[in-house]
Amino acid sequence: MNKIVSKEYFSANVIKFEVEAPLIAKARKAGHFVMVKVGVKGERIPLTIADADLQKGTITLVVQKMGVSSSKLCALEEGDLITDMVGPLGKATHIENFGTVVCACGGVGTAPMMPIVAALKNAGNRVITVIAARTKVLIILEKQMRVNSDEVIIMTDDGSYGTQGLVTNGVESVINREKVDLCVTIGPAIMMKFVSQLTKKYEVPTLASLNTIMVDGTGMCGACRVTVGGKTKFVCVDGPEFDAHQVDFDEMLMRLGGYRDIEREEMKEFENLKMS
Amino acid sequence: MNITEERAQQWRADLRSSMKAKERTDIPRVHMPELDAEYRSHSRLEEVNLGLTAEQAILEAKRCLDCANPTCMEGCPVGIYIPKFIKNIESGDFLEAAKTLKETSALPAVCGRVCPQEKQCEERCIHLKMKKESVAIGHLERFAADYERESGNISVPVVAKANNIKIAAVGSGPAGLAFAGDMAKLGYEVVVFEALHEIGGVLKYGIPEFRLPNEIVDVEIQNLQSMGVHFVTNCVVGKTISIQDLEDDGFKGIFVASGAGLPRFMNIKGENLVGVMSSNEYLTRVNLMDAANPESDTPVFKGKKVAIIGGGNTAMDSVRTARRLGAERAMIVYRRSEVEMPARLEEVKHAKEERIEFWTLHNPIEYIGNEQGRVTHMLLQVMELGEPDASGRRSPVEIPGKTELIEVDEVVVSVGVSPNPLIPQSVEGLEVTKWGTVVVDKDTMQSAVPIIFAGGDIVRGGATVILAMGDGRRAAKAMDEWINS
Ligand SMILES: Cc1cc2nc3c(=O)[nH]c(=O)nc-3n(C[C@H](O)[C@H](O)[C@H](O)COP(=O)(O)OP(=O)(O)OC[C@H]3O[C@@H](n4cnc5c(N)ncnc54)[C@H](O)[C@@H]3O)c2cc1C
Ligand SMILES: Cc1cc2nc3c(=O)[nH]c(=O)nc-3n(C[C@H](O)[C@H](O)[C@H](O)COP(=O)(O)OP(=O)(O)OC[C@H]3O[C@@H](n4cnc5c(N)ncnc54)[C@H](O)[C@@H]3O)c2cc1C
Ligand code: SF4
Ligand code: SF4
Ligand code: FES
Repeated sequence: MNKIVSKEYFSANVIKFEVEAPLIAKARKAGHFVMVKVGVKGERIPLTIADADLQKGTITLVVQKMGVSSSKLCALEEGDLITDMVGPLGKATHIENFGTVVCACGGVGTAPMMPIVAALKNAGNRVITVIAARTKVLIILEKQMRVNSDEVIIMTDDGSYGTQGLVTNGVESVINREKVDLCVTIGPAIMMKFVSQLTKKYEVPTLASLNTIMVDGTGMCGACRVTVGGKTKFVCVDGPEFDAHQVDFDEMLMRLGGYRDIEREEMKEFENLKMS
Repeated sequence: MNITEERAQQWRADLRSSMKAKERTDIPRVHMPELDAEYRSHSRLEEVNLGLTAEQAILEAKRCLDCANPTCMEGCPVGIYIPKFIKNIESGDFLEAAKTLKETSALPAVCGRVCPQEKQCEERCIHLKMKKESVAIGHLERFAADYERESGNISVPVVAKANNIKIAAVGSGPAGLAFAGDMAKLGYEVVVFEALHEIGGVLKYGIPEFRLPNEIVDVEIQNLQSMGVHFVTNCVVGKTISIQDLEDDGFKGIFVASGAGLPRFMNIKGENLVGVMSSNEYLTRVNLMDAANPESDTPVFKGKKVAIIGGGNTAMDSVRTARRLGAERAMIVYRRSEVEMPARLEEVKHAKEERIEFWTLHNPIEYIGNEQGRVTHMLLQVMELGEPDASGRRSPVEIPGKTELIEVDEVVVSVGVSPNPLIPQSVEGLEVTKWGTVVVDKDTMQSAVPIIFAGGDIVRGGATVILAMGDGRRAAKAMDEWINS
């Protein structure tokens, strides 16, 4: 059981939690994640460790409401206990001074990008962060990203905020303007696929942090498997970051959709429950 | 008292002479009462085997000849004193029988249910030499252990005075549990670290309720807790804390029992299609996460035409689970013939009664999917048994060009597991084989790093509950001696 020591709304659907977890706080590095389970019959879901405070023995999670499990977590308040939490899991991001790094994120990927941006900046990189969303209200964590980025580029599909266009337009504008040594991308699989196609064209090395479906998060089940460079890899132990140009995104997209119908049903049940 | 002296005791002699050997061997072997096959095919949680009644157990116990040279014991990896516990049952002293079991086995209620008896103790029973069915040692073991549990008179082992020496077990499967129990008895302060949110290892996340109810494992765990063993769940050693952290924390010995949790795939075309998964994923969803319960948030596919690839216990558990989740066709696909199947005989028998289809001498070579990437068919290569090889075993060979295309909507790959690589990777100096198993001294279970002992599947690859448990006990004994030397 891990106690929530603070809760802060970044937006209606994006919430920051500080959670007591002294051992995890001590062991974690940028790129690591935890598996979290809310309730006895809860699902185990992966969440990136956004930050840690060694003094307080806490870690920070930034959670976006998606379906049942993230909503159950977001419904918890300060002082509540998270039933189960285990970590830090996965391989830490390889951080060094690469030079200029473009961090391209959107949707579910913006939160897990935060610690990577901070670590890259710390290592002396010039960090340009591109945050993309459909429309203005869906742009999250802009303020937080500005703290550790040399520049933040906002892209919206409808032009309601920042520049009108897709995340790829933002990345391409930077590549056309200056030498980019590395691109890191986290977001919906479809977004990462297009970022990867773009950077491949310009031969910019690219890392993608894959958010596949997971069950245990410790290498036991294979639910998280993806094909990278023709080989099957487990995202939870071999990743979550991989050379984007080697990832079979089409297969990943297909696998992510696997439980969509069941999940939609569960969400309906959950909403009905809340209303009754 | 050694076993010859024990056997010479009056009560044993009297019992032996109370009936002629011929009368004993003429009694037909007991049939375990079980749930109706059609009914249980739809009942996810009810145990199939119902357990013997006291009368049945006593009658079955009479079949045992109380041999002077009990060969059955040689077949038991931990050397349970079989004739003694059986004669305790015959004389009606069921609690004493349970006590006899516990002298050697930490988990008799579990082993009585899941041991491959026909390849161990029962294979060596003298009855087989007389062309009779062997004594039902496993059923009797289960009976005595269940009787003790249900009687509410569980004997909590005597714990030696606390010696304030901290020792750790990594993993809470049968190896870790057995080790913890023995060390607690010796007075050590034992902490068991478990990566998952549940204690019990494969006993919980792998073997289904209909074969091994969680309640039985939980009683054993509560017993350990009442002996002072601490359990820390959600803690991955090598990630959350390191072996070094444990040493720095004052742990004087570490027993690694992290199991063989890494699923193997066959690397054939279409294996990453939606609906194709490892048996670990399938069973973890259903058993650990209770996914088939509407109250659980974890989803699971409930396929209508389900194929399980493999012929071991894991495959049988998966296919029978699929049937219980509503599969109209539940199929075992196995590349050898039925005699080579590694699964327990009883599981194969139960599976057949539950109308599982057996596609032996078939091997999948490709899975085919639809536009959404969901599996729709499997392509099977038909095999035949070839000439015997050096070991005398006939291995399967392809019949060229002969294939079969079968409609499926879910495939569970159950072709084995590899040792969990986390600990071997994270400890310097640990000797590891090319299969990823940890190298230990056979007798002491001590590894190349003196403070680390190891046992169970992490040392043996995939093995059995009783072997894992035996390793745990051996490691406990040796670690105690090592610490005190
Ligand atoms: C290594 C890793 C780190 C992550 N870090 C974070 C984090 O820091 N913060 C955060 O908010 N989320 C993070 N995620 C994603 C998070 O785990 C999922 O959003 C969560 O599992 C959704 O569960 P749910 O039951 O709420 O929604 P579900 O009911 O499972 O899903 C609702 C909808 O979201 C889609 N969806 C589900 N999972 C994902 C996913 N992984 N990626 C994209 N779409 C998905 C589904 O297809 C469905 O349409 C991470 C995922 C991984 C693998
Ligand atoms: C479905 C299935 C059915 C089976 N049926 C039978 C049967 O009928 N009869 C039989 O005799 N055998 C059977 N077996 C085999 C038997 O269960 C195993 O041989 C036995 O459980 C091995 O015990 P163990 O203690 O070595 O490991 P496990 O039972 O695998 O336990 C290992 C534990 O360690 C934990 N762990 C791993 N790494 C770490 C870490 N770094 N830190 C903390 N914890 C960690 C794991 O989460 C797990 O809980 C079956 C196996 C399966 C999968
Ligand atoms: S532990 Fe297993 S092998 Fe030993 S006697 Fe019991 S059932 Fe037989
Ligand atoms: S070999 Fe068979 S008959 Fe003899 S003691 Fe063992 S169980 Fe009894
Ligand atoms: S989540 Fe189970 S192996 Fe990665």
